Amino acid sequence: MGNTQTITKDEKQVVTSTRISGSEAVVRCLLAEGVETVYGYPGGAIMPIYDELYKYQDKLHHVLTRHEQGATHAAQGFARISGKVGVAMATSGPGATNLITGIADAQIDSTPMVCITGQVASHLLGSDAFQETDIIGISTPVTKWNHQITKASEIPEVLAKAFYIAKSGRPGPVLIDITKDAQFEEFDFEYKPCEAIRSYKPVPETQPEQVKAAADLINSAKKPMIVWGQGVILGEAEEELKAVIEKAGIPSAWTILGASAIPTSHPLNIGMVGMHGNYAPNKLTNECDVLIAIGMRFDDRVTGNLATYAKQAKVIHFEIDPAEVDKNVKTDIAVLGDAKTSLAALLPLLEAKSHDNWHNEFKKLYDVEFEKVIKNDLHPTKEGLTMGEVLKQINTETKGEAAIVSDVGQHQMIACRYADFKVSKSNITSGGLGTMGFALPAAIGAKMAAPNREVVAIIGDGGYQMTIQELGTIFQTRVPVKIVVLNNDFLGMVRQWQQLFFDRRYASTELVNPDFVQIAKGYHIDAKRVTKREELADAVKEMIASDSAYFLEVCVEKEDNVFPMIPTGASVSDVRLS
Amino acid sequence: MSQENQIYTVSIYTENNIGLLNRISAIFQRRHINIESIVSSVSEIKGVSRWTIVVKVTEEQIKKIIGQIEKQVEVIKAFYHTDDETIHQESCLFKIKSDLLFDERQIQNIIKDSNANIVTVNKKFFVLEKSGRRQELDELHQKLKPFGIMQFVRSGRIAVTKDEMKISEMLLAFKN
Repeated sequence: MGNTQTITKDEKQVVTSTRISGSEAVVRCLLAEGVETVYGYPGGAIMPIYDELYKYQDKLHHVLTRHEQGATHAAQGFARISGKVGVAMATSGPGATNLITGIADAQIDSTPMVCITGQVASHLLGSDAFQETDIIGISTPVTKWNHQITKASEIPEVLAKAFYIAKSGRPGPVLIDITKDAQFEEFDFEYKPCEAIRSYKPVPETQPEQVKAAADLINSAKKPMIVWGQGVILGEAEEELKAVIEKAGIPSAWTILGASAIPTSHPLNIGMVGMHGNYAPNKLTNECDVLIAIGMRFDDRVTGNLATYAKQAKVIHFEIDPAEVDKNVKTDIAVLGDAKTSLAALLPLLEAKSHDNWHNEFKKLYDVEFEKVIKNDLHPTKEGLTMGEVLKQINTETKGEAAIVSDVGQHQMIACRYADFKVSKSNITSGGLGTMGFALPAAIGAKMAAPNREVVAIIGDGGYQMTIQELGTIFQTRVPVKIVVLNNDFLGMVRQWQQLFFDRRYASTELVNPDFVQIAKGYHIDAKRVTKREELADAVKEMIASDSAYFLEVCVEKEDNVFPMIPTGASVSDVRLS
Repeated sequence: MSQENQIYTVSIYTENNIGLLNRISAIFQRRHINIESIVSSVSEIKGVSRWTIVVKVTEEQIKKIIGQIEKQVEVIKAFYHTDDETIHQESCLFKIKSDLLFDERQIQNIIKDSNANIVTVNKKFFVLEKSGRRQELDELHQKLKPFGIMQFVRSGRIAVTKDEMKISEMLLAFKN
């Protein structure tokens, strides 16, 4: 099982020349890159590599998932909690195509991942051989880089490039396809980590004059507001961000993937922006005078209608990817570079401020949201259980130390809204792609990468059944993840939209569900179902106290809705509370 | 920034790797943009490929597309230019029955006036080559059409820019 130690470039070994097979070279490259855990599923075209994994099993832990999609999400969970590159493997044909959803997810959420696929022998390429598929063609639009290897001698250099590309700059997924003959072929192996590629500039230089211009604008602002994203976490700039926020006294909100970079309880943390974000930061996006975006990409779920988004504000964009600047929102000052460097350069130029009156605006709107939404979510007086009170209970039992791995839908929004985060890299969820089925396998990877942390998967009854077979992986590896299914017998978010925008025509959103507790028990996982409020606290306590995997089903109110909400195409300032 | 569609010439310097065509064309395909023409060739720099792509989009679109192209790992640098900023040419070939060359005196005059070159002549057919601006090629095509053309083909645009594209310096910097 993996651990959370980081391995610096200097510690990577340069392996000296020896004659070995291509497949052994793959394993030795992985070891040289500091990989300890890979997720995958064997099959014909990748059998030589699996044979080497067998020989190296004391050095490299292979986790057999129950579906290749599960392998990618597990690798993503591993990467998201550790900051290291996640690794997934599959055979050719259907094995490779099953990776695509996870790869697309990693691409849009900038997750460092290397996928290795077996391919039919090079003389069979293009012959419609058994389990042949053009995975390079298929994966091109959803990978940061991909490459097909047909000669063993290419393996060290290509894999070194793969890890370098996946991890550097704005991270992303890389797929390497290796023909079966290249896996068998012997060659003189030598491994050197990749340190640069001439056509690739991962991190643009931070321009001091841009930093100065940004500082001047921030210093002159009366109503500044920060929205930070995952760039802060990927760039490990949490401390720098905190210092900036505290010195300049700026109310700061986060995107879904930025969550946990600054503790939830921090007085300047004003909550989440976006479609189901908090009332105050959404509403006041359209009242601030300077909007400072840090490591975020103005996704449509964040901005609502662009034509009415922060039009009154000057916009400063701190961003590592030049293609994101002016992509959705026109910026007045763009500061390129990684967040850690840029924010460190910004800090000494900022004047200490407190902006008390401006803060009070946020507080006032928080009180409105509390009365209309939060109170009912967290302290319900009605009979049915709410998703919010389950989150509250998990916060209590984990003291905010847990990593929350959520799936996609209503429960995800509730988890992101109400989870109490104390530690960065703790909100692991499929943000950009919205991949149902993400959470269960991602939680496996997260727990393996951070065995000393509590990892709680929060999943809806719909998404759970998309990757439910990974319970088998949990049983086989004994990875002690905690699984909470918030069951409302509906595809809740779609049902909410049907209620609000399609006159309650519940087309194909009602689920007739199996006995989830029995299913978990079938995999020898401790399991419990909660249907009443008075059972909840003890059940969550028991789950968190357990040393092994635990499944908790909470039957919640069937037709609850998630608010606040910005309807599609509406302005952020038209955020609805009911 | 102009919101009207206009012709832009995109010049891309890249590594010469399998699959890059797919990666670049996917950037246009994903945005529902038709590629008017695409040419890949060697460049003035050893080991570096040069692509010339012609598209009809708004300036806002082309700026974003250049950003996405440059983001690709194997792309060294990408530029976009209006027609005024480049010297551009296309080339075309006509395959025509040889009889016409002798039977229709007019054809000989058309060839002479157009500065087209006869590439080959045999008993059955001759091949005419013409390079130039699209309009010149179209004019010649229109003039020859009435006589009957056995085959016609036109290349994509190739273009050099009037101003320097600072690419060699970048590669030099990498070596140092």
